[in-house]
Amino acid sequence: MFLINGQSQPIFPWFGLDIGGTLVKLVYFEPKDITAEEEEEEVENLKSIRKYLTSNVAYGSTGIRDVHLELRELTLCGRKGNLHFIRFPTHDMPAFIQMGSEKHFSSLHTTLCATGGGAYKFEQDFRTMGDLELCKLDELDCLVKGVLYIDSVGFNGRSECYYFENPTDAERCQKLPFNLENPYPLLLVNIGSGVSILAVYSKDNYKRVTGTSLGGGTFFGLCCLLTGCSTFEEALEMASHGDSTKVDKLVRDIYGGDYERFGLPGWAVASSFGNMMSKEKRDSVSKEDLARATLITITNNIGSIARMCALNENINRVVFVGNFLRINTISMRLLAYALDYWSKGQLKALFLEHEVKFLFKICLMAKYKS
Amino acid sequence: KMLCHFSPSGAAGSTPVKIPAGAGGSLTKLAYYSTVQHKVARVRSFDHSGKDIDNEPLYEISVQEEITARLHFIKFENTYIETCLDFIKDHLVNTETKVIKATGGGAYKFKDLIEKKLGLKVDKEDVMTCLIKGCNFVLRNIPHEVFAYQKDSDTEFRFQTNHPNIFPYLLVNIGSGVSIVKVESEDKFEWIGGSSIGGGTFWGLGALLTKTKKFDELLQLASKGQHTNVDMLVKDVYGGACQTLGLSGNLIASSFGKSTTADKEFSKEDMAKSLLHMISNDIGQLACLHAKLHNLDKIYFGGFFIRGHPVTMRTITYSINFFSKGEVQALFLRHEGYLGAIGAFLKGAEQDNPNQYSWGENYAGSSGLMSTSPDVSPLQRTRSGTFDMLEMDRLERPLVNLPLLKDPSTYIPDTVDLTDDAMARKYWLTCFEEALDGVAKRAAASQPDSVDAQERAEKFRQKYWNKLQTLRQQPFAYGTLTVRSLLDTREHCLNEFSFPDPYSKVKQKENGIALKCFQSVIESLDSLGWEERQFALVKGLLAGNVFDWGAKAVSDQWLERLKGPPHKCALIFADNSGIDIILGVFPFVRELLSRGTEVILACNSGPALNDVTYSESLIVTERIAAMDPVIHSALRDEKLLLVQTGSSSPCLDLSVAAVVAERQTDLVVIEGMGRAIHTNYYAVLRCESLKLAVIKNSWLADRLGGKIFSVIFKYEVPCK
Repeated sequence: MFLINGQSQPIFPWFGLDIGGTLVKLVYFEPKDITAEEEEEEVENLKSIRKYLTSNVAYGSTGIRDVHLELRELTLCGRKGNLHFIRFPTHDMPAFIQMGSEKHFSSLHTTLCATGGGAYKFEQDFRTMGDLELCKLDELDCLVKGVLYIDSVGFNGRSECYYFENPTDAERCQKLPFNLENPYPLLLVNIGSGVSILAVYSKDNYKRVTGTSLGGGTFFGLCCLLTGCSTFEEALEMASHGDSTKVDKLVRDIYGGDYERFGLPGWAVASSFGNMMSKEKRDSVSKEDLARATLITITNNIGSIARMCALNENINRVVFVGNFLRINTISMRLLAYALDYWSKGQLKALFLEHEVKFLFKICLMAKYKS
Repeated sequence: KMLCHFSPSGAAGSTPVKIPAGAGGSLTKLAYYSTVQHKVARVRSFDHSGKDIDNEPLYEISVQEEITARLHFIKFENTYIETCLDFIKDHLVNTETKVIKATGGGAYKFKDLIEKKLGLKVDKEDVMTCLIKGCNFVLRNIPHEVFAYQKDSDTEFRFQTNHPNIFPYLLVNIGSGVSIVKVESEDKFEWIGGSSIGGGTFWGLGALLTKTKKFDELLQLASKGQHTNVDMLVKDVYGGACQTLGLSGNLIASSFGKSTTADKEFSKEDMAKSLLHMISNDIGQLACLHAKLHNLDKIYFGGFFIRGHPVTMRTITYSINFFSKGEVQALFLRHEGYLGAIGAFLKGAEQDNPNQYSWGENYAGSSGLMSTSPDVSPLQRTRSGTFDMLEMDRLERPLVNLPLLKDPSTYIPDTVDLTDDAMARKYWLTCFEEALDGVAKRAAASQPDSVDAQERAEKFRQKYWNKLQTLRQQPFAYGTLTVRSLLDTREHCLNEFSFPDPYSKVKQKENGIALKCFQSVIESLDSLGWEERQFALVKGLLAGNVFDWGAKAVSDQWLERLKGPPHKCALIFADNSGIDIILGVFPFVRELLSRGTEVILACNSGPALNDVTYSESLIVTERIAAMDPVIHSALRDEKLLLVQTGSSSPCLDLSVAAVVAERQTDLVVIEGMGRAIHTNYYAVLRCESLKLAVIKNSWLADRLGGKIFSVIFKYEVPCK
């Protein structure tokens, strides 16, 4: 939500907004090099916004600031500052707009930069309720450019991009930095509520290959129905304590071991939720088991579709991004494992520390500077 | 009846996963091979030496017992397994059988029971191998086995013409999980992928979400639900502005994306529907990705998720169309449920190599597609416990595409598709209903010495009547409905009740009468000038049928052609006994022979209506040869060859003919309503062809733009 008003440097406040199907992701740049002069000029409004955002970690009942993701002492457009990451559910969007209106955001003469489907959906509401104009940025553009920008930014001195070494070996598996210096071609799998898969050949040459409706929203939605949980975090927490093999029917449940005719290992899932066809077994599983099975089902399926796309597009690096993977180590390791196993080591799964679309905002700011 | 091999495949036979006992829909499919004794009409020439042939019948007719091979496939609910095993035990006379081949989850489950009851060893066969063997078999042998499903068109089932080359193809079996197999040849196939999200996921997850236990009930729920209440659509994310993205607003952005809340209730129907969409779309997408990778454009779907469920066929078809942008076709199989059992059987019968024969679907002994829903066709529950059957008769010779067909892959024998054309269907079904009493009477009358002829004729009448009623409700039951399939079904039903040839006596009499006229007809033809004679010969081919026929019907083109060099070899498909073959076809044959053209005369292998059979044609030809030196020397020098078509149908399907074009055939003559109008009217051949018939049906005449008793005389020259 930085300003785009023809100046070489956007005026504060600098915001970026990504309005997805389930979550709104907000990025805020907090300048740390404010001169006394600026301080003087700074309107009261702006000050209070900065104070409100940086001194809290939770906003209302649903807004959360991911402190662990904060990028400190970043230089952007000639300014030094910290970048904050805040999220809240999309269904609270009207309340957010209402707040913006009450805090007289429009008096700051800002144009909000926004991406995601909600940029279209809520554009009219911003205009009428908040007297604010949205600058809509193409979602896929943000995604691609964001990924390509990450390496130059870095994560507080650490690498932004990483992978799992020895993903098929639980003992020796470890997270290691990956240098994306030479990124092309790459397959970009964005897992939000749904999943979009892009093949990226260069900065400006990319295409949407396919997508699937079985994404983070499906995991969360099914978990709500199956376990009665009410937050994504809760669902993930349950999943981490469950045992999916009670719910799923494995190859070994059918064949007593590996199905050699087809080279299928006994541990592979033959039928997700397959054991739940039996009433007896339905009665004996826990909510945690169900949450785990849901997570495994969705993750494996994304891995499978991504692998097929990579094969069809002849690409061997797959970058998984999106909010589904936030604090979701189970899925990331499973994706790394599945890709490695089924491709016999030909495909590599890569992950990023941040929501890449956020990062694109930074990228854009840098562009304004130049 | 003698059973030699039988191969029960277990519960949901073709799925690699055992279906829990007692959960609805568990079926056992049993395949067995039997030799069937049935009556056939035989003709045998009398020894005429020293007899007054004028007052004797031409030949002797006898009804004999013949033994032919038949494959039986029956499906029954698992609860009847003991009854079924008793049935097998009672009929198990072949003591050489020590092993029974079984596949599917039930092969494990019922192993002990089968071994104990039958005293046989159960040999468990690999599920997927059986499935693919069975699939190859039905693709090769059953006409209209394959169909595409189109919910929103007049005809839900679009049957496909059998392609001469069935490989390579993709088979996606949706059982509890999903297996994607690429089949490259009879013995070469490869598991190229799979998914754990399959029928078991729909069932298991569906049961958890809706507390509905049965698979069928879950589908019922799904067909009533609104998925948009549970799924997050693109328009839910983007508002009304989705066009900007090139995505339709109604696409699902996130399955179950709206249920991400603990405080809202969702209806069972809506959740089931959302689940169905989620799973079908996912399978479709993966199948398309695999098809693309392997460059295949046909995907056959099977497994219990698909089997006989229009709801799932619809969603899968939708998904394939969406993800492949119409480039890949989702196809289904009529006998999909039997593939595992057929394959297990074929494994067991490998020494016999059933692939060296051709097999024809017996319409009388087979229940049709969708007969699993008993409320639609209660008539087909003929045996207790079984509700679905398939019988295939072994034909003693391999049947192949007539090499003269221009494009075998696009050849469709039938002129009118009654599945497609509701008006035509009504008309013909009524026609066959109205004619039925007469056919039954004639059948009874053809066996005056049999005490139970009346009773059998009545049973025949009832059976065929029931078939016609089924076809009124479900025109798609046996593949594309055509006049040919209606005629063939009637023949199969007649055979079933031991009326192998109701017209035998009539044919015998008419052949005798016609033979007596042969010489005088030849004399009068020979006395005509060349051009007049050509008219008269063609007229003769249509004779017995028409009297108001004018010379203008003869194509000038044909006359012009005859002025040119003779044909090398003509292949003639004959029609009726009596006047038609003797006074029509033979003089025409004689003229061709005189021109220096060799002639192959093809007649039906078995009886159908009053069509001349191969064995009748042998006797008739012999008698003509005795009278006519041209025919005599042609037979002796093998310039005239008698062959059989391999068929017992009054129609002609050139894609399954026993006739191989020999001797550089450059002219094909097809005559009669059944062969030249009901079928082959639009057939395109590589060589010159002559299709002749008189339209003896006013409706059809109208449909083809003519009048009743119009003459069809189609002389076609292939485009260069």
